[in-house]
Amino acid sequence: MNALRNLLFPLAAVAAAFAVGAVVVVAVGDSPLSTYTLLIGSALTWPDGIGYTLFYATPLIFTGLAVAVAFRCGLLNIGAEGQLYAASFVTAWVGITFAGLPAILLVPLCFLAALLAGGFWGAVPGVLKARFGAHEVITTIMMNFIAVAVASYFTQYHYKPQGDPILETVPIGDGAHIARLGKFIPGFPERIPLNLAFPLALIVCLLVYLFLWRTRWGYEIRATGANPAAAQYGGIATGRQVVLAMSISGALAGMVAVNEVLGYRYRYYDGFSAGYGFTGIAVALLGRNHPVGVILASLLFGALLRGGLFVDIFTEHVSKDLVMVLQGIIILFVAAEALFRGRMGRRIKGV
Amino acid sequence: MSIILILLSSAIRQATPLLLAALGGLFSERSGVINIALEGLLLAGAFTAATVTYYSGNPWVGLAAAVGAGVLVALIHGVACIQFKADQVVSGTAINILFLGVPALLSGAFFQSTGATPQLPNGQLMPLVPIVLAFVLVPVTWYVLNRTPFGLRLRAVGENPEAADTAGVNVTRVRFAAVMVSGALAAIGGAYLSIGQSSLFARNMSAGRGFIALAALIFGKWRPVQTMLACLLFGFADALSIQMQGVSQVPVQFIQIVPYVLTIVVLAGFIGQSRAPRALGIPYQKKR
Repeated sequence: MNALRNLLFPLAAVAAAFAVGAVVVVAVGDSPLSTYTLLIGSALTWPDGIGYTLFYATPLIFTGLAVAVAFRCGLLNIGAEGQLYAASFVTAWVGITFAGLPAILLVPLCFLAALLAGGFWGAVPGVLKARFGAHEVITTIMMNFIAVAVASYFTQYHYKPQGDPILETVPIGDGAHIARLGKFIPGFPERIPLNLAFPLALIVCLLVYLFLWRTRWGYEIRATGANPAAAQYGGIATGRQVVLAMSISGALAGMVAVNEVLGYRYRYYDGFSAGYGFTGIAVALLGRNHPVGVILASLLFGALLRGGLFVDIFTEHVSKDLVMVLQGIIILFVAAEALFRGRMGRRIKGV
Repeated sequence: MSIILILLSSAIRQATPLLLAALGGLFSERSGVINIALEGLLLAGAFTAATVTYYSGNPWVGLAAAVGAGVLVALIHGVACIQFKADQVVSGTAINILFLGVPALLSGAFFQSTGATPQLPNGQLMPLVPIVLAFVLVPVTWYVLNRTPFGLRLRAVGENPEAADTAGVNVTRVRFAAVMVSGALAAIGGAYLSIGQSSLFARNMSAGRGFIALAALIFGKWRPVQTMLACLLFGFADALSIQMQGVSQVPVQFIQIVPYVLTIVVLAGFIGQSRAPRALGIPYQKKR
C-alpha cells in the first residue's frame, strides 16, 4: 500500500505538471499532443534517443542521490551545482597535471579527486552548520557561485589553451579517459557519449541504499533527519552526522565529473552543467529520496532534456525552455503534497 | 567625470535591482517566509516590463504590469508554502526554475526569438524612476516595519506566530500580504533590469542578482538600512569588476565572489551575528 502510494503520488504530480504545461503550449500557439509526442518520442529512439537519455540521466542520478542523502539527514543541499563544478575542475586538473600516468593509476586518481573535491565542497557548509549554526541553504548557494568563479579563474588564467576562444582547459591525459558504452554494446555507436559513468551511477545507487538502510552510520544519519532532538537524546552526535551527510552528498555530486570530464569532454568546460545540481532537487523530491526513485526520476528528466532539443527545433513556437517549465511545476506539485492529499488525508487523520 | 564619480554612479545603478529585491525579501522573511524565489521574481518582472512596454509604448504601464506579475508569482509561492505548507526553500527553488523557463519560452514564442524581447527605443525607457524608488523605499520600509500596526503584526508573525495568533492576528493573511509585497518590490527590481538599465529582456538577465540580494539581506541582518548598505557594497564590487574588466591585473572573478564570501563569513558569526527571524521557514499550523 505504502509502495503504491509512493509511486502514485509522484505520477500524479508529473501528470498534473504535463497538464499545466499543455495549457502553456496552447497559449503560445502549438499543439500539446504533437509537442509531447516529439518531447517523449525523440527520447525513445534507438540508439540515439535512448543513448542520450541515459547520458543525460547519469549526472542527474548523482545529483539526485546527493540531494536525497542530505534530505535524509534533514538538510537541503542546494549546493550540488557548486560541488559538481568544484569536483569537475579538480578532476580535470589532476587529469592534466598527471597526464603521463598509465590509465590504471590515472583513472582511480581522477575518481578520487572527484570524490574528495566534491566532498570537501559539501563538507564546508556541513561544518559551518554543525559548528556555527549557519543555514546550509544560504551557504550552499554562496558556495555555488564561489566554485564557478574560482574554477573559471583558474581555467582562464592558467589552463586555457593558447588562443582558444572558449573558456575551457587543455585536455586531460589519454590515460584518464573512460570507455564509452558503444565499445561494449554491438550496434551502439561510440559517438554517443554514454559511458562507464552510467553503470557506475547504478552501482552507486545500490551502495547508497545499503549505506542508508544497512549500516549504523546510515541509520544515524536518518535518525538525525527524522528527529534531531530525539537522535541527540539517544546518544547520536548530530553535528557529526550533519558533516558526514554533507560530505557524502558533496562527493556524490562530485561524481558528475566522472561522466563529464573522464567520459565525455575530456577537459573542464566552463558552464557545462545544464543546472544538473538544481534538477537533482527535483529528482530527489520526485524519487521520494530513495535510490530507486532517483533512478526513475532521472530517466524522466534525462528524457526531457533529450526531447527538449527536438522540441526546440521542430515546433513552431515552443522552445526547450518548456522542459524547465515542466520541471518547475513538478517540483511545486511535489512540494505542495497537501494539494493532492487534500481532503482525503485530512479525513483519515480526522482533523 | 573622474573615475571615482563613474564608479559611484555605476555602483548605485548596480545596487538598485539588488536593493529592490532585498527589500522585497525583507518583507517576506521578517514575516517568517523564506524567499529564495527572488531570482525568479526578478526575471518575471523584467520580462513583463519589457513586453508590456513594447506593446503599450509606455514604461509606466510596463512597470505596473511588472508589479502585477510579481504579485502573481509571489502568490504561487504563498499558496504553496503558506496554504499547503510546502517547504519554503523547495517552493522557492521551483519558482526560480519555472521562471528561468517561462519568460524565455514566452519571448521566444511572442517574438520569434531565442528568448529575448525586441529592443525598446530610448524614449520608452525608465532609467531613473526605479533608482529613486529603491532608495526612497528604504526609510519607507523602516517606517512601515517599526511604526505601523501592519509592521508590528508582520514582525510578530515572523518571531512568534503562536503569540500573534493568540493576540488575534491572522497569521496566514499577514504572511500572504508580506509575500505579495515581496513579489511587487522584486518585480520592480526586475523591471529596472529590462527597461531601466538596458532596453530589452534577455534570457536569464538577472544572472544571480536574486541570490546576491538574498546575501545582502542576510549581511544587512534583515534590517532596511543595513541591507541598503550591503547592497551598495555589493553594487560597488560589481561596478569595480565592470570597470576593471581587461584593465587591471586583479582577476574579476575575485571581486565577483566578495559578496558570497562575506555572506558566509557573516552567517558563521565571524564578524557579528546575523540572527534570522525566529519563525523563519516554519509553516504555521493553527492549533485547535
